[in-house]
Amino acid sequence: MSAVDATELRIVGFLCNWCSYGGADTAGVGRFQQPTDLRIIRVPCSGRIDPLFVVKSLINGADGVLVSGCHPRDCHYSEGNFYARRRLEVLKKFLPILGIDHRRFEYTWVSASEGQKWKTVVSTFTEHIHQLGPAPKINREALVLARTLAAKAV
Amino acid sequence: MQHLEELKQQIRDRLPALDLVIGWEAGFDPLRATPLFMRQPDDVDRLIIGPQCVHNLATHLTGLKGRKIGIVVKGCDSRTIVELLQEKLINREDLVVFGVPCSGVVSVGKIGRKMGSLDYVEGVEFSADSVTVASEGVQNSFALEEVAADKCGRCQYNTPLLFDVLVGEPRPGDVVDDYADVATFEEQPLEARMNHWLEAMDRCVRCYACRNACPMCVCRDHCVAQSRDPHWMTQEDTVENKLLFQIIHTMHLAGRCTECGECERSCPMSIPLLLLRRKMNKEIDALFDYRAGTRIDATPPLLSFKVEEEKINERGW
Repeated sequence: MSAVDATELRIVGFLCNWCSYGGADTAGVGRFQQPTDLRIIRVPCSGRIDPLFVVKSLINGADGVLVSGCHPRDCHYSEGNFYARRRLEVLKKFLPILGIDHRRFEYTWVSASEGQKWKTVVSTFTEHIHQLGPAPKINREALVLARTLAAKAV
Repeated sequence: MQHLEELKQQIRDRLPALDLVIGWEAGFDPLRATPLFMRQPDDVDRLIIGPQCVHNLATHLTGLKGRKIGIVVKGCDSRTIVELLQEKLINREDLVVFGVPCSGVVSVGKIGRKMGSLDYVEGVEFSADSVTVASEGVQNSFALEEVAADKCGRCQYNTPLLFDVLVGEPRPGDVVDDYADVATFEEQPLEARMNHWLEAMDRCVRCYACRNACPMCVCRDHCVAQSRDPHWMTQEDTVENKLLFQIIHTMHLAGRCTECGECERSCPMSIPLLLLRRKMNKEIDALFDYRAGTRIDATPPLLSFKVEEEKINERGW
């Protein structure tokens, strides 16, 4: 399993310190095989995740973003993930109008003991992103291309 | 407007107890009104009301917090006041609201496109359902519906939701806003939508007029667009940066935007900003049955939660 692989895509994962980060650690300790496309960013709570973290990742070239926190009712801070759930759901519903595929963003709940579940989550999400392929770039070249297409249509 | 004199009298009666009253006066030409700040009884003479009074005057309220303010509002503007009160950004006891039932305001942009020029307008006459504009020797009549702001076509709040003084007859609003414009836009493929925003945002000159005109943008000097810590946005003139700014604006208005359309109206580059806000509101309405600025005792949906969310599908893997 090489760290640098030509077919590897860029997936950003925001993981809550108390559950999902622990879950990922458990998966590692259990030596479960998992894809290496995910770059993990550890945050204190899923409630700490500003939906704009996700948007900024996607705009700046991430092919997918995965957010994972404690199961609702299990939050270390009692209610952080309840707020997160509303924000993230709203974000997921909002993405399509921008022309960003909402399947490139998922959120889920994994507890510290669920190493096996973490493996499933990462493998499934990575597989979905690979099916979608690299995300369209949002930059000057994309703009020039959009203009060319518009000019052709007229 | 037969109610103008009544409104003026009401304002004169209450002015002594207030620091100022905000209304509209004629701007540099008869088509364009401008905000009027009435401090003396003489100032009240310059007040106008009519379809050219498009500004949402509630934008000024947060900056004047702590002073006794009177304000003239249309139905849509009253939603903004409800939302500001709900978030405790202004105090009810410092506020006197003069409500004016509204039958729609004109869009200067639409009239300009029809006239072929946005230049100086010499004369405007409004009747019950039409507007006659004279500019550069040409005189044209339009149905008010044809040149009304987009928001007026779907307005259910012709009568203010909250007021201390109501001048004129309440108007029923029987239109249902089903967010058809958002649905139509989303019929395009993803790629076309992205291209649309890339081209629209490329026009952006980062003047921040959309932010400054927005009555719910209350961070003032702490706006993340200009903050270095956190450094959300760079000074670079890139399309992704400008798109990010508009997404930030939309996210910060999630469940709070009352769709007054000031962002879009004030945009010098005609970027269809309201579409993004409306998409957000559409989803908030679908998920939480909530429309900003309609209930004064409600909590904005993203500032609250339910342990069991009825409409959120917990994504099990």
